Amino acid sequence: MVPLQLYLILSAMMFIIGAVGVVTRRNAIIVFMSIELMLNSVNLTFVAFSAFLGDATGQVFVFFVMTVAAAEAAVGLAIVIALFRRKQTVNLDEINIMKW
Amino acid sequence: MTLEEILFYIFAFGGIASALLVVTRRNPIIAAIYIIINFFCLAGIYLTLHAQFIAVVQILVYAGAIMVLFVFVIMLLNLGDERSLRDGFSWKKVVAGGFGLGVLMELIYIFMIPSGTQTIEMTRATDIGTVEAIGRVLFTQFLFPFEVTSLLLTAAIVGAIVLAKKNLD
Repeated sequence: MVPLQLYLILSAMMFIIGAVGVVTRRNAIIVFMSIELMLNSVNLTFVAFSAFLGDATGQVFVFFVMTVAAAEAAVGLAIVIALFRRKQTVNLDEINIMKW
Repeated sequence: MTLEEILFYIFAFGGIASALLVVTRRNPIIAAIYIIINFFCLAGIYLTLHAQFIAVVQILVYAGAIMVLFVFVIMLLNLGDERSLRDGFSWKKVVAGGFGLGVLMELIYIFMIPSGTQTIEMTRATDIGTVEAIGRVLFTQFLFPFEVTSLLLTAAIVGAIVLAKKNLD
């Protein structure tokens, strides 16, 4: 029997890896992948608590998080395509037209 | 050590290693391959938690649909050999890694505090993760959020087409 703490620690490690990836990487697509990593680690926390408490609500919530992630990926990648068409790059340091 | 624990450690190690490789690889297509491996490891961990439905949906939706979208966009933009994205050593990375490690240590310390009298025991309810059980909850208690989800997906599809259209005026 794996204790709940190990699932939470695994989830925390994946979340931190994703967060550091979002902050440090400059490629827009890899930043998106890091966001997916963070969403997945939160899903793991939901499923772990759902299984350990014997309540299906957490797993239903994971289902909704997945649909939001799918919508986010579709819209986000469309934005990346539109940006690439305009500026010929996906480097986030060069996309600074709204920077004050 | 039971089979469940062995599988958990294998999948946990695979998930952490592939997540680290995702954020460190320079080539986006290789990062996409590693994130697919990470999704499969997570599906295995869901199976050790008896969440069969979520494990299957994880592979179908994430490793199947969403990552196909990512790989398609990477190949459409032909990003394989962008020299301008070559980011070397910088103090920003060191600071971000240090902060991340600090927050991680704090979280592990919080998780390791014994919860006093109220301990969470796994109830051995191995049937809450099946398609039948999830479907029953989804179509009774969460019927309205489920229908709103279809609206969200429609809006996302329309938005994606409008954003990626060629002549936006």
